[in-house]
Amino acid sequence: MLREPIGETPEASAGAAPARGPEAGDETPAREDASRVNRFAFKLANVNGTGSASANSLLMQAIFRMGIPVSGKNLFPSNIQGLPTWYEIRVDKDGYTARTARFDLVVAMNAETYEDDIDEVRPSGWVLFDSSWPLKQAFLRTDVSFLGVPYAKICTENFAEARERTLMKNIAYVGTLAALLDIDMGVVEDMLREKFAAKPKLMASNAKAIRLGYDYAKEHFACPLPTRLEAMGGPPGASPTADKILITGNTATALGALYAGATVAAWYPITPSTSVLDAFTELCEEYRVDPETKERRYCILQAEDELAAIGMVIGAGWNGARAFTATSGPGISLMSELVGLAYYAEIPAVIVDVQRVGPSTGMPTRTQQGDILLCAYASHGDTKHILLFPANPEECFHFTVRAFDLGERFQTPVFVLSDLDIGMNDWVVPRLTWDDSYRPDRGRVLSREELDALPKYFRYSPEDWQGVAARTLPGTSAKGAFFTRGSGHNKLGGYTERPDEYQEVMDRLARKHWTARNFVPPAIVETRPNASFGVVTVGSCDLAVREALAELATNGIVGDYLRVRGFPFGPEIESFLRRHDRMFVVEQNRDGQLRSLLTLETGVAKSQLFSVRAYGGLPLQAAQVVREIVHQIRETEKERPA
Amino acid sequence: MSYIKKPSARNPSLRPNALGLTVRDYEGAMSTLCAGCGHDSITAAITRAFYELDVAPHMVAKLSGIGCSSKTPTYFLSGAHGFNSAHGRMPAILTGASAANRDLIYIGVSGDGDSLSIGLGQMSHAIRRNVDALYVLENNGVYGLTKGQFSASADPGSRSKHGEPNTQQAIDPVLLALSLGATFVARSFSGDKGQLVPIVKAGLRHRGFALVDVISPCVTFNDHEGSTKSYRYTRGHQEPIVEADLVPPAAEITAEYAAGAAVDVRMHDGGIVRFTKIPEGYDPGDRDAVVAYLRAHQSTGAIPTGLLYLDPSGSEMHAANRTVATPLAQLPYESLCPGAAALDALQRAYR
Repeated sequence: MLREPIGETPEASAGAAPARGPEAGDETPAREDASRVNRFAFKLANVNGTGSASANSLLMQAIFRMGIPVSGKNLFPSNIQGLPTWYEIRVDKDGYTARTARFDLVVAMNAETYEDDIDEVRPSGWVLFDSSWPLKQAFLRTDVSFLGVPYAKICTENFAEARERTLMKNIAYVGTLAALLDIDMGVVEDMLREKFAAKPKLMASNAKAIRLGYDYAKEHFACPLPTRLEAMGGPPGASPTADKILITGNTATALGALYAGATVAAWYPITPSTSVLDAFTELCEEYRVDPETKERRYCILQAEDELAAIGMVIGAGWNGARAFTATSGPGISLMSELVGLAYYAEIPAVIVDVQRVGPSTGMPTRTQQGDILLCAYASHGDTKHILLFPANPEECFHFTVRAFDLGERFQTPVFVLSDLDIGMNDWVVPRLTWDDSYRPDRGRVLSREELDALPKYFRYSPEDWQGVAARTLPGTSAKGAFFTRGSGHNKLGGYTERPDEYQEVMDRLARKHWTARNFVPPAIVETRPNASFGVVTVGSCDLAVREALAELATNGIVGDYLRVRGFPFGPEIESFLRRHDRMFVVEQNRDGQLRSLLTLETGVAKSQLFSVRAYGGLPLQAAQVVREIVHQIRETEKERPA
Repeated sequence: MSYIKKPSARNPSLRPNALGLTVRDYEGAMSTLCAGCGHDSITAAITRAFYELDVAPHMVAKLSGIGCSSKTPTYFLSGAHGFNSAHGRMPAILTGASAANRDLIYIGVSGDGDSLSIGLGQMSHAIRRNVDALYVLENNGVYGLTKGQFSASADPGSRSKHGEPNTQQAIDPVLLALSLGATFVARSFSGDKGQLVPIVKAGLRHRGFALVDVISPCVTFNDHEGSTKSYRYTRGHQEPIVEADLVPPAAEITAEYAAGAAVDVRMHDGGIVRFTKIPEGYDPGDRDAVVAYLRAHQSTGAIPTGLLYLDPSGSEMHAANRTVATPLAQLPYESLCPGAAALDALQRAYR
């Protein structure tokens, strides 16, 4: 079983480990230096509620605008003010931007966590800290360089208000980092101008703070450090990020719901899904309000709990609107009852689950993939649902649209399983595109005219080849009226307690689910010559697993890749499972839920599937995957008779 | 009597309404409830009210939760879509349905278990949202389908069929609704059709959440000596304190009431609720006074009934949301999707 390696330096990480002990400015091998341009990671340790979030996203955005592939992981507490919070930035010119725990530089702005933060710098790395107060001798390490800037002092001297003094400390280190890492100050200043266009006073103090931090660094340190940035791509438009955007999965999901034509959203606030509805609300205010009458072409209901939120979605879906909810694991637990109703009564619903760490309240601000089995079979009795697994914000956008189509096509709840890492962090993804010829697939819904042409209408008969029967919407005509019920019903929609009639409907529901395997997004399959095993993964594991596979390949360990993107599992998954004797299933939960689902729902033998799991709540690292696969390969080789 | 198929023969003497439909066209399937169940009388009153209001059955959505009361939407308006949902969850499903299509007339049928125990939260929040619906709470103080447990509306001291007294406080849906800001609150008795039909009609015309608590005795589990929800007890203690009738907009001129005896409250659609009997000093528009009156009278064991409180000025859910007039479910997709060019433009903010 894999332990969470927060804070340890993984043995198997890329590149040779540098020698221990050099002081700041010491010579390091030239090759090392070269490799650290646009390939390093740094961590910012802050106090929650001090404005660090905007400083850190400013940094990440500046790097993105320099054309360099970058990721930012916000590791925040379940707290509004006072507790420690961290932000990790990784830049990688080749695009490997999964989380890494190997930090070249730590910005230590929280005295409370100095000890741990300083521990996390790799040997010969740097610690930037507020030297207004002396650092405890016990924290000092001889193998890293300490760069002290008296931020508190500088800000007290230069800013009058107490709140401003706190906030500007964080902005000031952006300036210092710009000098140390060679961030283009022009880019930073452009961003400030955009951000504070309407607030000239804030613009002035932010610019001043950045300049103070920058000048201090230029004056006191050898800038830039060997670990630094260099704008990529030359002419504008040619950089690796030129046709990319910086977006969170939750915003992309909200965009998907907007573009799919969702008009009703019902939700109950819960981290980490809340920003889906925040974004959807903003988008609706922008695009769905009549400029003259101020009338809204949407209805967003903040429900009293998740029981009600899903009820509202089901009511709206029953009535023909595209409706969705966004929640996290605890919400899914509560919604399970009515998910079964929607499944059995065959009502479309879209449920976005931005997964967090469970069980129970768990760790609300940490990421996990722990709801796979819960969502696959949510509710009592025999139920099976359609699941979509986006791996990044771009897929959040497209899969959300797809979820509405599938929900109406198959008249059933559809889950979009994102997670906190995808949902709340900014990701660099290709610019989202939209095909204006798209029209919603509303599935089989009879119009008044179609009803008139029928001798008689029954809700659950006849079925088409997909196992779907036509529905009618309330208000269409008396002829199309039927009684929706969660109680036992026959194929005509009438109440029944007869075994054969009950089973007939249940069997059709199973057929319907089975048919959906060809309609969910197909798995991503990548095969390589000489592959000796397969790796199966899902969702936000994608980048770390790809990086791990590349690294393993450089050591002659070659594996094929499969990323599941939907359930029920399509034929391409069955075929991949058949073609490989040994596969590693990489996922972020304790019990290997994807592995379980594969063994339950395909013909694969349990013994073919080895489990690689990381579930401590932080985004997956390539090093974790590499280490575990190498370990398991060695173990199986030991067991194998000579 | 559930094995009997309802006869489809029509009585030619039945009077058609403005839509040319007779009261038969507002009926549903044969009831499967116990003979003499109060709920069947309520069903008859609902049927009559829709007929008298000339409502096209297919423009009605009838929803319910789980329980004896929640079975009844099958027994009226077979031409309307029905939704027998889950225990205590109907208010949310109704809210979502209403969000999607504001053109339909919504009736939610529930019971005291469904609304006051498992669904207390959902009912309360539907009231707070002022969802435009008639909500009929068929209140018998007992769980029928599970054979006789006390419900949350059972009065303290009221006895079960086996003689055991209820020791917990009762939740009074009328006082609860008043405290939550309900805009239409009524109480009636299933045995008083003369009072119930006009209340249901007014509730259907009210724009906003209309709660009608109907004492509806359970003949099988709660109609014995010692029960405060029996026919006998209710008949003996019911005090119809307020009489009200709905005067539709067109019929206003022809309505006959003695001058001075009536208080008119104008509804959104131009119709009028005319109060023809109100106790001295009672104002059905004064929430605090109504609460005080009910508390004082209920403490004596009386069950004041009638359209007890009405505020037609409240902003129902869609008015508060400023939803467009066209039902959301019927908006053309083109009016909902901003399109590729807008997507390109808005992504400039994500650079």
